[in-house]
Amino acid sequence: MKILVPVKRVVDYNVKVRVKADGTGVDIANVKMSMNPFDEIAIEEAVRLKEAGVATEVLAVSAGVAGCQETLRTAMAIGADRGILIETDAELQPLAVAKLLKALCDKEQPQAVICGKQAIDDDANQTGQMLAALLGWPQATFASKVVLADGKATVTREVDGGLETLEIALPAVITTDLRLNEPRYATLPNIMKAKKKPLDTVTPDALGVDVAPRLKTLKVAEPAKRSAGVKVADVADLVAKLKNEAKVI
Amino acid sequence: MAILVIAEHDNASLKPATLNAVTAAAKLGGEIHVLVAGSACAAAAEAAAKVAGVAKVRVADAAHYADQSAENLAALVIANATGYSHIVAPATTGGKNFLPRVAALLDVAQISDIVAVEAADTFVRPIYAGNVLATVQSADAVKVITVRTTAFEAAGEGGSAAIEALAAAADSGQSKLTGREMTKSARPELTAAKIIVSGGRGLGNGENYKSLLEPLADKLNAALGASRAAVDAGFVPNDYQVGQTGKIVAPQLYIAIGISGAIQHLAGMKDSKVIVAINKDPEAPIFQVADYGLVGDLFETVPALVAALG
Ligand SMILES: Cc1cc2nc3c(=O)[nH]c(=O)nc-3n(C[C@H](O)[C@H](O)[C@H](O)COP(=O)(O)OP(=O)(O)OC[C@H]3O[C@@H](n4cnc5c(N)ncnc54)[C@H](O)[C@@H]3O)c2cc1C
Ligand SMILES: Nc1ncnc2c1ncn2[C@@H]1O[C@H](COP(=O)(O)O)[C@@H](O)[C@H]1O
Repeated sequence: MKILVPVKRVVDYNVKVRVKADGTGVDIANVKMSMNPFDEIAIEEAVRLKEAGVATEVLAVSAGVAGCQETLRTAMAIGADRGILIETDAELQPLAVAKLLKALCDKEQPQAVICGKQAIDDDANQTGQMLAALLGWPQATFASKVVLADGKATVTREVDGGLETLEIALPAVITTDLRLNEPRYATLPNIMKAKKKPLDTVTPDALGVDVAPRLKTLKVAEPAKRSAGVKVADVADLVAKLKNEAKVI
Repeated sequence: MAILVIAEHDNASLKPATLNAVTAAAKLGGEIHVLVAGSACAAAAEAAAKVAGVAKVRVADAAHYADQSAENLAALVIANATGYSHIVAPATTGGKNFLPRVAALLDVAQISDIVAVEAADTFVRPIYAGNVLATVQSADAVKVITVRTTAFEAAGEGGSAAIEALAAAADSGQSKLTGREMTKSARPELTAAKIIVSGGRGLGNGENYKSLLEPLADKLNAALGASRAAVDAGFVPNDYQVGQTGKIVAPQLYIAIGISGAIQHLAGMKDSKVIVAINKDPEAPIFQVADYGLVGDLFETVPALVAALG
């Protein structure tokens, strides 16, 4: 079975982004870019399924600027077999990404799409669910355990009250949560090997998808800063302050 | 035009998150309808009818809504979406699961996790782990929205909405719930608690977490939370996690114990009214957001705090 894994290139999770002075956007020139951490988990899961003999091919797909090639190479260094870049300089919102991925799924016919639950830049948490809807497939979001067998997926999901297990028919979309696995580090030989793996490029036009954004960002701003508080001398001081000053206990 | 709020409930009662979503909906302008989809969910529907500001409750009661599967919920909402300018759900794991399907099937964007309503088509939402607030305007005919519950007060009681039965949509049959392992706790729910005692890697293990933090939570009638590190290490179940990718909380008092204060953790708790940090490292970033910082070993300070609370 073929597994398709969408991977997004995002500002590295260690970077604290700054808003541009004119409030038109976030300054991402010259900051470190990485693969969205949830997508690393998705690639790792797909590669493990291949190593276990469940999957036969792992296809990584990224939509965005030419720099996403790097993200695809990282995916291939972890173990994806090939990559497809849907190249565009346009701003991509989740609905547009879902439509692009749907067009590729129609072509590639994967049995499962494993994507991240959320991109840590837009924090949207939408794309996988939208893709599932457009394909008419079932979904299992926020996965912390995935078993694929006999044409179905058994997925343990992290939900507000605890854990839930779903059985869904394949093909399906699964989105990853943090505790699904711990992604491996790509080794140097695997990074070298990844450079030789096939990487194709398509455009949204070629896929027949209109990616025009539906949401217009009017402005961005930094939230009000909390003013730094005080250090208390000891436990007695803390309790006194909570009682008399903050009045919260 | 009217606004459709999708209720989160357990058939017997409404989840508090629904009340926050109703308040957000009230800021949009328009009659508020609440959709209750469930199985033997008449009690939840009656509770929804009593919420202030709700004009109508629409109930779809069928066995295949018992599990709240995304496929079935989305199909039901789509079948009943005509006439609504906005479709709203709380940004809980439930809302996040099914609502993007609704948006995609309507061919509109979803506006995730709004924290403010500027106008009927303009919303504020956090991005980059809450380090940036974006004001976005939707050009779509229907606005599909999830609401960050901590940003809106809970709607009160006092409504007397009409209750109307809806025909169930067909069962997709694509998804089956085979297991549920809910964390049992007599404590207040994390997202609704007034006080939260939260522990991180500094606690060392699950035994310490329990023996040190439970007495403190008992004294304060607090909910218990945790950092990702504490959850990953197995000290506590996953639903304790506070942060960018866990729960967003904003209690009156948040006590962070042995938590360093990574941006992903701060994203989930920095809107708390009062923050207390207990950490042995005076340079820990958590002190930059804490109103009261206590530098010290948690193994000594936490029992002392419990004792001092009498
Ligand atoms: C994509 C992504 C999403 C994430 N989402 C979340 C999220 O939702 N929530 C979240 O919390 N994290 C999240 N993280 C992880 C986050 O980056 C941090 O790794 C995590 O918050 C650290 O947890 P911690 O503060 O418990 O551990 P540490 O950073 O290891 O801090 C432990 C602290 O305990 C203190 N300490 C140790 N011993 C003692 C003692 N005896 N007495 C007093 N203090 C002591 C130390 O000084 C230290 O400050 C995410 C990361 C990524 C990449
Ligand atoms: N531009 C993109 N290219 C590839 N995958 C993407 C892209 N945007 C989103 N995704 C996938 O969708 C998931 C959820 O993203 P989002 O809905 O934006 O939070 C990510 O973790 C990725 O797996």
